[in-house]
Amino acid sequence: MTKSDSQMRLLIIEDDRESADYLVKAFREVGYIADLAGDGEEGLVMAEGGDYDVLVVDRMLPKRDGLSLIGALREKANRTPVLILSALGQVDDRIKGLRAGGDDYLPKPYSFAELLARVEVLSRRNVGPAEETTYRVGDLELDRLSHRVARGKDELTLQPREFRLLEYLMKHAGQVVTRTMLLENVWDYHFDPQTNVIDVHISRLRSKIDKGFERPLLHTIRGAGYMIRDGLR
Amino acid sequence: MTAFGKLVRTTAFRLTLVYLFLFALFAASLVGYFAWNTRRLITEQITTTVNAEAGEINDIYNRRGLRGLVFTIENRALRPGSNLYLVTTPAGQAIAGNVGSLAPGVMASTGWSETAYRRLDEQDTADHRALVRVIELSSGFRLLIGRDLEERRRMFGIVAKAAQWSILVVVILGIGGGVFVARRVLQRIDAMTGTTQRIMAGDLSGRLPVGRSGDELDRLAGNLNAMLERIEALMMGLKEVSDNIAHDLKTPLTRLRNRAEEALGKSGSEAEYRAALEHTIEESDSLIRTFNALLMIARAESGQARGDMDDFDAAEVASGIHELYEPLAEDDGMTLRLKTAPAPLHGNRELIGQALANLVENAIKYGKPPLAVAQSGAVVSMDARQILIEARREGDYVLLSVSDHGPGIPEADRKHAVERFVRLDSSRTQPGSGLGLSLASAVATLHGGELRLSDARPGLVATLVIPARARAGDRLAAPMQDVPQKVA
Repeated sequence: MTKSDSQMRLLIIEDDRESADYLVKAFREVGYIADLAGDGEEGLVMAEGGDYDVLVVDRMLPKRDGLSLIGALREKANRTPVLILSALGQVDDRIKGLRAGGDDYLPKPYSFAELLARVEVLSRRNVGPAEETTYRVGDLELDRLSHRVARGKDELTLQPREFRLLEYLMKHAGQVVTRTMLLENVWDYHFDPQTNVIDVHISRLRSKIDKGFERPLLHTIRGAGYMIRDGLR
Repeated sequence: MTAFGKLVRTTAFRLTLVYLFLFALFAASLVGYFAWNTRRLITEQITTTVNAEAGEINDIYNRRGLRGLVFTIENRALRPGSNLYLVTTPAGQAIAGNVGSLAPGVMASTGWSETAYRRLDEQDTADHRALVRVIELSSGFRLLIGRDLEERRRMFGIVAKAAQWSILVVVILGIGGGVFVARRVLQRIDAMTGTTQRIMAGDLSGRLPVGRSGDELDRLAGNLNAMLERIEALMMGLKEVSDNIAHDLKTPLTRLRNRAEEALGKSGSEAEYRAALEHTIEESDSLIRTFNALLMIARAESGQARGDMDDFDAAEVASGIHELYEPLAEDDGMTLRLKTAPAPLHGNRELIGQALANLVENAIKYGKPPLAVAQSGAVVSMDARQILIEARREGDYVLLSVSDHGPGIPEADRKHAVERFVRLDSSRTQPGSGLGLSLASAVATLHGGELRLSDARPGLVATLVIPARARAGDRLAAPMQDVPQKVA
């Protein structure tokens, strides 16, 4: 899915050798250029020198703590998006991480699919133009100002929350969006629901935008989440 | 340190000494004032009597002359306990009276003076003292009238003795009392110290002795006991978490391992390997979820999540959760309804939302009406398949409740249902970690409230009862016994 983009450059700052190697390998497999730094100081030097699209930073690092690394970068007006990985998966820890200048936060243990989806969304932000007022995927059109949604010539009526769900999906069209990302960004909750509550919302939305149309736009990505895109792209 | 040294160093003993000093000073000045006043009173009395008599005798002299004077003097001088009298000629010769000798020069000047004297009839040589007045009669004769001061001296002696004794008694009683109080306090402090040392050595069940007097030491002991109670509960919680991790996480871990081993053992197709791996990931995800929930509960119970609290309206949380779960409930053939009134709250919005979400998930999972009811009629089943989320304020509390019309939980099981990993028999077949209610309960506890389970006739009402706009500090003031503490 990333092949059409120019290759993404990623810096992983993680002291645990095994998980770092795993990450580097996994990211290279999906076509990223992934560099590795083993401690906070090295990470800071590399992050300042290299032109990275996203930094993946472990919260607890030798020599320099992850949060302090981010602080030092931000002080030097380096706005490279940062995703924080942390073994401390608590609510206030996440808030601390985001306050320190992180852009996203993922508690350990995580699935690679989740990490990949979040990194893609983050990096798009790096290149991305100013927020558009109209999103288009295939013949589906969403106007963020007038809150109108239309597929082809048909006007669709969506509930306010369905609208926000579709808006988020379309903003990241062509990217995998996980269930937790949806819960966090559309509902502003950060817990793990024990039920398939998000799937139900998705299937409602799907029945409104895809039902009766030949070409489905909202796709389920097995083991990861959802993606909206024009099927024949 | 010797026992005595320890005693003397106590605050109680030192305070006693200070009080003792002040009290003795007070007693001494009181007695002094009393003595001085008595002396003045006696002197005044003597002066008055002597003056009256002087006037009287002067009068007699004026009317009856020297003879009358001498006669009167001799007469009065012979009465028992009489005053002192002396009449002298202008040349200084004594002619009448009962005074044998005087300090020299007393008769030389008129007016008041204090002098040593001896009576005529007295044999002993000891001098007495007297207060005397000398007046000159018209013819140059002089008259002395006086009163012995023995009475005044004796009086003063009595007062001085009384003062000595009372101060002695005050000092003895004071020191004795100080020692007694200090020893009593010391004993109690020693008992407390002993208990705390035992507790420090690892016996967390020890409690400080609390007396019945309700004094400051008892209050201190009571508070320390409450603190120990809390510490013990926390330690228990911690121990329980590790026990639970051991028991309930090892089981799925074993399952996971067995499955992996099995897949590895038999030579299957790629599809079979794939299925086994997918299963493994699924299982480990559920393990992670359980683990997170456990950590969350432990954190909420220990009160660590208090840093992230702000003011919000519980009604908004309720409608957010309603909005999130409504489609899920509908897919499951249930109706999720919402009823809210403004319910301002100070707390952790995220945690309250999660607690409410857990209650709603439970209601959707277990709150379906029993078959008999469901089949008994369309109207009944419509109602029976309804779940109500309610947020309102009642007095000082915010109530967030979720009620269903399912089988409910028998009263005897309710307390049990809140405990970690407890899944009532009726729910064993459903998926879930069994942590939903205990997380909700822990969140309520964190906010100084509790989770109440009650009967919806039929069905279950689970209510988060949380003090409205509770500040973090209010937590300890909340009645601990209302909160189901899990004690193994």
